[in-house]
Amino acid sequence: MVDSQAPILIVGAGQAGVQIAETLRQEGYTGDLLLIGNEVHPPYQRPPLSKKWLLEPGALSALSLRGADALVRRRIELKLDTEVTAIDRAASRLRFANGEQLAYSKLALATGALARALALPGASLGQVLSLRSIADSGAISAALRRCATEGRPVVVIGGGFIGLEVAASARKLGAAVTVLEGLPRLMSRVTAPIVSEAFERVHRAHGVELVFNAQVTQLRGSAGCVESVCTADGREYAAGCVVVGIGVVPDDRLAAAAGLACDRGILVDECARTSDPSIAAAGDCTARRLADGRLLRLESVQNAVEQAKSAAVALLGRERPFRAAPWFWSDQYDIKLQMVGLSHGYDQVVTRGDVQKPAFSAFYFQAGRLIAVDSLSRVQDHMQSKRLLDHGLSPTPEQAADPLFDLQSLLREAKPATADGA
Amino acid sequence: MPQVTYIEPGGATRTLTLAAGTSVMRGAVDAGVDGIEAQCGGNCACATCHCYVQDPWLDKLPPPSDDETLMLTNVAAERRPNSRLSCQLIVEPGLDGLSVRFPDRQS
Ligand SMILES: Cc1cc2nc3c(=O)[nH]c(=O)nc-3n(C[C@H](O)[C@H](O)[C@H](O)COP(=O)(O)OP(=O)(O)OC[C@H]3O[C@@H](n4cnc5c(N)ncnc54)[C@H](O)[C@@H]3O)c2cc1C
Ligand code: FES
Repeated sequence: MVDSQAPILIVGAGQAGVQIAETLRQEGYTGDLLLIGNEVHPPYQRPPLSKKWLLEPGALSALSLRGADALVRRRIELKLDTEVTAIDRAASRLRFANGEQLAYSKLALATGALARALALPGASLGQVLSLRSIADSGAISAALRRCATEGRPVVVIGGGFIGLEVAASARKLGAAVTVLEGLPRLMSRVTAPIVSEAFERVHRAHGVELVFNAQVTQLRGSAGCVESVCTADGREYAAGCVVVGIGVVPDDRLAAAAGLACDRGILVDECARTSDPSIAAAGDCTARRLADGRLLRLESVQNAVEQAKSAAVALLGRERPFRAAPWFWSDQYDIKLQMVGLSHGYDQVVTRGDVQKPAFSAFYFQAGRLIAVDSLSRVQDHMQSKRLLDHGLSPTPEQAADPLFDLQSLLREAKPATADGA
Repeated sequence: MPQVTYIEPGGATRTLTLAAGTSVMRGAVDAGVDGIEAQCGGNCACATCHCYVQDPWLDKLPPPSDDETLMLTNVAAERRPNSRLSCQLIVEPGLDGLSVRFPDRQS
């Protein structure tokens, strides 16, 4: 039923969707190409939405991923404000909300993720906000300003990246902020205690109230608007607005309904192939099967971009495995956090630099081999570690901890042997 | 408004007219110039907007910040004396005629 003259269709016009389209053209695909998204805005970057944009929402063009001219030049047709409602795999067709259908020769899914919703009484009250889209960011920015003016506190539920970036922005705007975190420390899913502690100190120094082991039980309000957040220990936190930052849920709904293999994310291999040979998937909507069998779910720009390149190449019948070390960044106050590698399963952490300032890196080792590095305002460590990990090189823990040891020397020594293919 | 000339990895040249205050990265991304990724959107956090500044422009640009210099230490393509991150280069009237070349790889 596959019509090889039909266009390649891409569902989801975000970071991954745009990259799939761009790579298809770079790799020589000359057929029709349609990028379909359900948002009204042309493809945009999300990272600024919890950072700069909260402080000074600017021109939308500053968020755009690629300009309209760029898409025209690459003959990428963009269909916005269009919801895909089903994939008919037997007929190789997509169905749309208005009843229309479109045939595809190949299909890419880049549907992203949804902000995880709070499943508690009061969660649907007004001014309980979450952050994923431009509109969400605008609403939060307005709420933070209103709270600052009215002298009402902002309560952030969740001490992860987005919650903490929002907390930092709220302080910059002059609002009082309380962060309620369910676990004993910040960003505990992804960082070592020493990194969490550094961020704790910085947030407290900026006047953020941090509450750990907080089990939120309900939100209370009046006239439809939130007024407080209650926790299991009987405390009640007054709130002019509540920002919920408790993670994301990969949006695999279309794929799951069409019978593609999914497990909290569309299952893909290292080449971004799904269980259907004519469908690839990339970005936040996926769960990637690693060589060792583990499932990896990443929500980052680099993951979206690199998986998207793999997906485009896969649709053209070739392989481009994504094996580069994952990396991520986050800005809180004037700390530039850059992370590379996967620290899961580490058995040793050493630091390099000034932990108190903080301007240091945490190097994670497993059985003596470097597996990840978190750098706080240590750009050079980050860049060098990225290269080391991509080349499968490792300093010893002693070398990593020694500020006088030149990490770059390991790269120089290894250069002839690895011939730099990464 | 200043004009910036981009040389794509394949050698093709594109000249764009950009508003003062625009970054060289933003100009390229909006127009679909080949050879740039700009994954972090101008945050000086990814080094996938690496460019080579063509003669005689290098000395006419404000010097790189510490962060930019450090990010440049490990760019994916060869680092050269004229390497800069295009998201950190802001177009202004005095840079009318600026020319940059994108390398063949950014990541
Ligand atoms: C506030 C915020 C801050 C972030 N900060 C960072 C950061 O500092 N660093 C970093 O690396 N990453 C950051 N991220 C993560 C990063 O933005 C995401 O990983 C990236 O956007 C994922 O790209 P994607 O294309 O997979 O998904 P998205 O960009 O979400 O795009 C998916 C698109 O598909 C659309 N869609 C879904 N279903 C359908 C359908 N049925 N029909 C049509 N369209 C559909 C969605 O509406 C959406 O527009 C941040 C994310 C957020 C929300
Ligand atoms: S766009 Fe990321 S460093 Fe320039």
